[in-house]
Amino acid sequence: MKEFALTLRQWKEERESQIRGLKLTIYTLSRSPLSVIGFILVAIFLLIALIGPIIITHPGDIRGAIHMDQKLKAPSSTHPFGTDEVGRDIYSRIIIGTRLSLQIGLIIIFVAMGIGVPLGIIAGYVGGWLNEVIMRVTDIFLSVPGLLLALAIVGALGPGITNAMIALSIVWWPGYVRLVQGKTLSLREESFVEAAKSIGASRFRIIFWHILPNCASPIIVKASMDMGMAILFAANLGFIGVGAQPPEPEWGAMISVGRNYLPDRWWMATFPGLAILITVLGFNLLGDGLRDILDPQSRSQIR
Amino acid sequence: MKGFILKRLFLMVITIFGLSVIVFSVSRIAPGDPAKLAAGPDATEEMVQVIRKEFRLDQPLIIQYVYYMKGLIKGDFGRSIRTRHLVWEDIRLFLPATFELVFVSIGFGIVFGILFGILSAVWRDTWIDHSARFFSVTGVAVPMFWMGIMLQLLLAAKFHLLPIGGRLDTMVDPPLSITRFFLIDSLITGNWTVFKNALSHILLPAFVLSFPALASITRINRAEMLEVLHKDFVLNAKAQGISDRLIILKYALKNALIPTLTMIGLRYGWMLGGTILVETVFDWPGIGNYAVGAAVYSDFQPVMAVTIVLGLNFMIANLLVDLGYGFLDPRVRYE
Repeated sequence: MKEFALTLRQWKEERESQIRGLKLTIYTLSRSPLSVIGFILVAIFLLIALIGPIIITHPGDIRGAIHMDQKLKAPSSTHPFGTDEVGRDIYSRIIIGTRLSLQIGLIIIFVAMGIGVPLGIIAGYVGGWLNEVIMRVTDIFLSVPGLLLALAIVGALGPGITNAMIALSIVWWPGYVRLVQGKTLSLREESFVEAAKSIGASRFRIIFWHILPNCASPIIVKASMDMGMAILFAANLGFIGVGAQPPEPEWGAMISVGRNYLPDRWWMATFPGLAILITVLGFNLLGDGLRDILDPQSRSQIR
Repeated sequence: MKGFILKRLFLMVITIFGLSVIVFSVSRIAPGDPAKLAAGPDATEEMVQVIRKEFRLDQPLIIQYVYYMKGLIKGDFGRSIRTRHLVWEDIRLFLPATFELVFVSIGFGIVFGILFGILSAVWRDTWIDHSARFFSVTGVAVPMFWMGIMLQLLLAAKFHLLPIGGRLDTMVDPPLSITRFFLIDSLITGNWTVFKNALSHILLPAFVLSFPALASITRINRAEMLEVLHKDFVLNAKAQGISDRLIILKYALKNALIPTLTMIGLRYGWMLGGTILVETVFDWPGIGNYAVGAAVYSDFQPVMAVTIVLGLNFMIANLLVDLGYGFLDPRVRYE
């Protein structure tokens, strides 16, 4: 027992800084209830995406089924969110839509980061004509409102969820180039980079040990926010009618159909919208919380 | 300064050129045959051929692009393959409605966004801050189109407070066309009935369109104010006995506005994109609505034109933002 206490103390001493960091993280979180809500919402979202098929009540209703005798029923105990124009259970469809949204968001963000982050670092660090070329191309993409360009692309490729994801990935990467390039430019002038350079650190080492870790926080924060935004944009396209097509259980497409049954059948458009709102809100709050934790500057402000 | 603007205008031309290449290439990756689509399901092969020839769809891509650019330089966006209208004519017809909506929205977003941001930062961790923060994070998360539908449901369909859509009631004649902004035209001509009618129509869509912008301007202005208020020069100003009001509104705000201005420019672009959604929901006769209508039918000329026109508008806005930096921070030099 005594030995155990000793080891524990030793362990505590060795890990002093990590434990303090963790405590500070918990403290930061406890001071910002909104971030905690964000973490919880995202956790619930992920959980629902994971166990969705178990908790739905009408598995047959996800895509094809038609029960005309059940159509346009108001919310009740069998159909908590009501039924749609062909009698499908809206609750089950929203739950399964969670998976679809998660998938959409992840794919768009990872493709965008995969293209944008390397380009941004190259542009910012190497500079010169390479910077000029990369930033000009980026600027061209950023010169059009994203949703509009996405509409144009998906309009050309044809409506559908895959095409919507392709379009949104094409629209999304320039944001990361700009973020990372700007950050790299300012980091390049920092004294610790100068110092590393002066003791002969290689370009490679400076990028991976000094620039990238310092870019990591804004990238993570942006990715968290963008996750929500990508889901929102996919829903936007679904709503316009060029994204996911009914009977796909995509929230935007569901609202697009439900809109035709307003104002009497309010539940058809209302619940999928709430699902989008809560999901996007969760990722935004999470991003906000992550910023508080990851950004040392805002940390020092906590008195 | 002059040199800077000239350089930017030159860059703008290059960007527009690049944009036209992207948009043009996008329009030609379409798997369907636009000529067949335009001719309709009952058309004979000959009719399709005629359309193909008329729109030069039978020529090599590069030739098509050269023709497109030739037109573009003259301000000719070609004809819609579906309606046979000159696209430029259509755009001229729909653009004022979009700009009226967007200008009202961005004005609303800027004024209240900055105001909420200041209040939230100055009274940090009070209920004001908490509600402003909650609003600023919720605001960007609300799906614009859904919010529009919900407000229509509530304010228009249920309580009949505001009209459900459109730019004016069908019974009301549009005001004399001067600026082609109904709000301004009706004011100039002193036509109060039309002004009130136009105002009641624009309120909902403008509010919905400005909502995410308002939220994110609030958010960034709060964050920047917080950061600036901890800077040494603010402490110094405090030590010198300068009043809080002056410190906040002059010393701090001016510095905080630089990143806020970036956000305003960014959000302006998002807003231009958002018109697609808001105009669809509120049946607003603008170019967003026009673009959606064309995109659904793979009618590409209008979509390309709208993309380029709004892209150009966004570039001009960005130039203004960059010039704004110099106004806010005299250290910014234009080369």
